[in-house]
Amino acid sequence: MDLLSNLAFGFGVAFSLHNLAYCFGGVLLGTLVGVLPGIGPLVAIGMLFPLTFTLPPVAALIMLAGIYYGAQYGGSTTSILINLPGETASVVTCLDGYQMARQGRAGPALAVAALASFFAGCVGTLLIGLAGPPLAQLALRFGAAEYFSLMLMALVASVVLTSGDLVKGFCMVAVGLLLGLVGPDVNSGTARYTFGVLDLYDGIGFTLIVVGLFAVAEVVSNLESSEVGEVFTRKIAKFMPTRKDLRDSSWPAVRGTAIGATFGVLPGTGPALSSFVTYMLEKRISKDPARFGRGAIEGVAAPEAANNAAAQTNFIPMLTLGVPSSAVMALMMGAMMVQGITPGPQVMTENPELFWGLVASMWIGNLLLVVLNLPLVGVWASLLRVPYRWLFPSIVAFCCIGSYSVNNSAFDVYLCAAIGALGYILAKLECEPAPLLLGFVLGPLMEEYLRRAMLLSRGEPSVFVSRPLSLAFVLGAAGILAMMLIPRMKREKPRNDLRSER
Amino acid sequence: MQLDLRNNRDVLAGLLFTAFGILAVLVARRYPFGTAMHMGPGYFPTVLGAVLIFLGLAVVARGLVSAARVKGEWGWRPLALVVLAIVLFAFLMPRAGLLPALAAAILTSAAGGREFRFKEVVVVAALMSVLAVAVLVYALKLPYPLIVGLPWIS
Repeated sequence: MDLLSNLAFGFGVAFSLHNLAYCFGGVLLGTLVGVLPGIGPLVAIGMLFPLTFTLPPVAALIMLAGIYYGAQYGGSTTSILINLPGETASVVTCLDGYQMARQGRAGPALAVAALASFFAGCVGTLLIGLAGPPLAQLALRFGAAEYFSLMLMALVASVVLTSGDLVKGFCMVAVGLLLGLVGPDVNSGTARYTFGVLDLYDGIGFTLIVVGLFAVAEVVSNLESSEVGEVFTRKIAKFMPTRKDLRDSSWPAVRGTAIGATFGVLPGTGPALSSFVTYMLEKRISKDPARFGRGAIEGVAAPEAANNAAAQTNFIPMLTLGVPSSAVMALMMGAMMVQGITPGPQVMTENPELFWGLVASMWIGNLLLVVLNLPLVGVWASLLRVPYRWLFPSIVAFCCIGSYSVNNSAFDVYLCAAIGALGYILAKLECEPAPLLLGFVLGPLMEEYLRRAMLLSRGEPSVFVSRPLSLAFVLGAAGILAMMLIPRMKREKPRNDLRSER
Repeated sequence: MQLDLRNNRDVLAGLLFTAFGILAVLVARRYPFGTAMHMGPGYFPTVLGAVLIFLGLAVVARGLVSAARVKGEWGWRPLALVVLAIVLFAFLMPRAGLLPALAAAILTSAAGGREFRFKEVVVVAALMSVLAVAVLVYALKLPYPLIVGLPWIS
């Protein structure tokens, strides 16, 4: 079978001593930063991203992917122990996980979270291997119009699903698209928005946006106000879940995986949404919904499985179509481009060792995570006692080094400071940064596809709706938008259920 | 009741976006616009800028209606100190070397926290310096001078 031989090939790549070491390093670093409060996966990848520049592409991506799901995983530990989600995907884990910890059952909660995530990760990895080739085949038939519509749908979805406010979300996308245009125009070579500054002639570095918008802005936000919750680190002596725990959490984990895997593939959605939806579902179908929010183990297993499955299947659109489905994937895509690889369907045929190696390394990474997390929970928990006042100067230092090392340019660091200030102000005005990042990555690509599509259609914009695949994406974008607008017009409940449920 | 515009969340956000859009459109006027079929370098940015102006004004209008305020206080002090820390790093890195730049960045940003304990900050700075030198200079072999003017320790 093709899949098996491909996976075997991938494992061959991933099991090389080098790649195994980078996978391990990535997972370890990821867990470490994920556990540290105030640093989510995005910031972790953003800060550590420059360190991978010198690595070969396969190793770099394996390491970045490891950091990503390592951080995701570490985030669940903080949710359970201190009720402080490392990132939005583990917000729901707090609800029951923290309650379990307060009842002295932090150990079983952590163990179930780890096992559910591992299960979901295995399924997710397999799905990438299964869905990858056919999707890439399909994508090879895409023309400029299809790509433009697909990216449009991804942007719309990212606005609708990641941020609370639609209009501001679209504004952020537009700002991101514009920032992405800084630098030479591909067709005419005109230098745009450089304001005569030589350092801008190559465009704004991808790292600067990430580090400034997410890491720097985040540090400032945390300094402005933050209170540290109670830490339950003393009572995790026994962490083995009972038989009943396992029985209670196995079906929720399976359902969580299914939902997470589905949501992960959709552009714009991602781990966060899927864990919300799963939690709601479990609560609804439970015989005793009142237990939720009071330490129900299903409330830990299901969302943890969902966010990990989604974290894996999130890679599918990026790897096969070259369209990132979330901010983290935008970052991974940026990392690929820095390595000189154009993301898209041709990756699988031109760089099979990259695609299959990455897929295989994810499975290995998930295994490593279980091995790392279960016995070492005590170590991670003790990290939670590190006070933030020691951490944030180090984060700032990392940001400086990170933005300097990309081009060895002091200008980049100044720019990073400016972007960081802008990021803080935007965050304060409740504008979500994720759509901006997505727009930034997609900006030049979208312009290019738009131009090409319009040139081929002789200036006829109907090309986007006359080609069936393109029409499907446009309708998809409209559908997602309608999904969000219609309930709001009815004005029955405030916003959607997800938010009121929090 | 007077409208508190200075702390009106959406008015501020909308104005920021509108300003950004206006800037984008104005600058894009210098680039050839082209036609829908042959788009020039000015086409896409002009359209985007126009969209941004329009949406930005919509956000302003909504802010005037809802009058939602910015949550919490503005953290001007941490913002200023963190930005200053990064700027100092950028200034010192090529002129004085990695170690002074790191020390300045860490000390300055630490001053932005709610508690500043000098001894702890020095320890953090020392640890970070060791880490940075080990990773950047020894492991990744990046050609950064540790301290400019002291070549023998580099």
